Amino acid sequence: MIETRGLRKSFTSRQGREKKKIEAVRGVDLDVAEGEIFGFLGPNGAGKTTTLRMLATLIEPDGGSATIAGADLRADPGEVRRRIGYVAQGGSTWEESTAREELVLQARLYGASKSTALARAAEVLEAFQLAEYADRKCKTYSGGQRRRVDIALGIIHAPKVVFLDEPTTGLDPQSRAHMWDEVRRLRAEGMTVFITTHYLDEADALCDRVSIMDNGEIVASGTPAELKREISGDVVRVGLTAEHVGAAAQALNSYKIETYDDSVRLFVEDGAVAIPQILRALDAAEVPLGTIELHRPTLDDVFLTKTGRSLRES
Amino acid sequence: MKLLRDTSLIFQRQAQLLLRNPVWILVGVFQPVMYLLLFAPLLKPALQVSSNAEAYEIFVPGLLVLLAIFGGLFQGFGLIAELRAGVIERSRVTPVSRLALLLGRSLRDVVSLIAQAVIITLLALLFDLRVFIGNLLLAYLMLALISLMTSALSYGIALVVKSEDALAPLMNTVAQPILLLSGILLPLTFAPGWLQGIADWNPFSWAVDGTRALFRGDLGSPDVWQGLLIMAVLAAAAVAWAAREFARSVR
Repeated sequence: MIETRGLRKSFTSRQGREKKKIEAVRGVDLDVAEGEIFGFLGPNGAGKTTTLRMLATLIEPDGGSATIAGADLRADPGEVRRRIGYVAQGGSTWEESTAREELVLQARLYGASKSTALARAAEVLEAFQLAEYADRKCKTYSGGQRRRVDIALGIIHAPKVVFLDEPTTGLDPQSRAHMWDEVRRLRAEGMTVFITTHYLDEADALCDRVSIMDNGEIVASGTPAELKREISGDVVRVGLTAEHVGAAAQALNSYKIETYDDSVRLFVEDGAVAIPQILRALDAAEVPLGTIELHRPTLDDVFLTKTGRSLRES
Repeated sequence: MKLLRDTSLIFQRQAQLLLRNPVWILVGVFQPVMYLLLFAPLLKPALQVSSNAEAYEIFVPGLLVLLAIFGGLFQGFGLIAELRAGVIERSRVTPVSRLALLLGRSLRDVVSLIAQAVIITLLALLFDLRVFIGNLLLAYLMLALISLMTSALSYGIALVVKSEDALAPLMNTVAQPILLLSGILLPLTFAPGWLQGIADWNPFSWAVDGTRALFRGDLGSPDVWQGLLIMAVLAAAAVAWAAREFARSVR
């Protein structure tokens, strides 16, 4: 449904008189199958949004190719626009308009007649449980309601693919869970959903497949389970007081280790074997132990091994 | 056809938003009326003309052109608010015509300007101003062209600078010399030669001369067609440029 090869984009930023070229996206290959919920992960500034905006025809790529829902992005962006929906991060409504007015206008911008647009708006308002507020001004909506209106606007023309840029950022846990249900419902309606997020648990729970982007490049792709399996073994997290982190890192330097303010994380073959050894090593170095826990790798651990940084820090 | 349809959709939405904010009508009419009531009485002695009617013939066209220039130039602020709300981006992912995104907005500005102009003209009639209806309509055409140009220009600049903090000083800097060099408030017939020489390079000075000629009833004056032509060419250029900015990547 989406296939990109070598998609590139760079910007020139001006700092004083100096012009600097920033390569925001350096050759991205993506393959998204029909009916998938595809997660696009990465820290802020990784190039996720730039890639997404290129796919949504909002900015022109410098190089590479992309086919979206059967239309060629570079040769025929107009056709791509007809087949995709795009929901931006920051909202998309006029304060003084009502949800119904916005939906009708949006449907008409996609070419629907007035009566079709009205019918479609009513249908979508019902589906997104917005019917109750449909005729109130957008400025009166809560964050979750607004986000639902944004998504309703993005899919008003029943596109084949919908791009959602961080749809759950800034939502409370309940609205977030609600949004996940909406995303699953879109897929059930036959749409392919392309979603960016920096919440790893979200990608884990919601997405069929993910690609992880860092510094303008894809560093890993696969199902969440596959990616986690790539990290053989277990993760051991040792909680410490801040002043002992350095000493602990010293004592455990034979392991693959990552240090944090108040803990260290170790990647080990077998947790059950490693934990006694870790304890002995810490004891020998006279490092007092706070907590120790063993867990299966998460997507954050995947990110850490692929990029050398934790997604949470960046 | 699609352009026409898309333009009318954008126009309708923009007009609806404008009408929901009735403060605009109050402000848009209040200021020019103040000029009319508080500034115009100084004109008869200052311009050394024999009657109030004559003074208004000179002043009202200038006032209307002033409104067209300033009303247009400051429309960009609304667009920046729309950019921030994500409305522009939402429009740009649809197949809507990019020219329509601009024209729908600019035509809304033209219509609201003409509405203001009609109110002011009617008030001026109370002060013994007399204009032939045909000449008046041509003067409105001139105002429409000016406002189309300045509003398109303002939208284009807003899309480039993307922030009110940059737009406000920029617009003031542009507007001030235009205002002073166009003979809007007082005709440049009193100006020394060098000043008139500079003013000749100000397209709005031609527009003001043309509009004054129309209000004078001097339809045959070359000022009229020259002013209209210059404004038409500049309006087309501004629209073409601003529509391209709408098509290019904006945030």
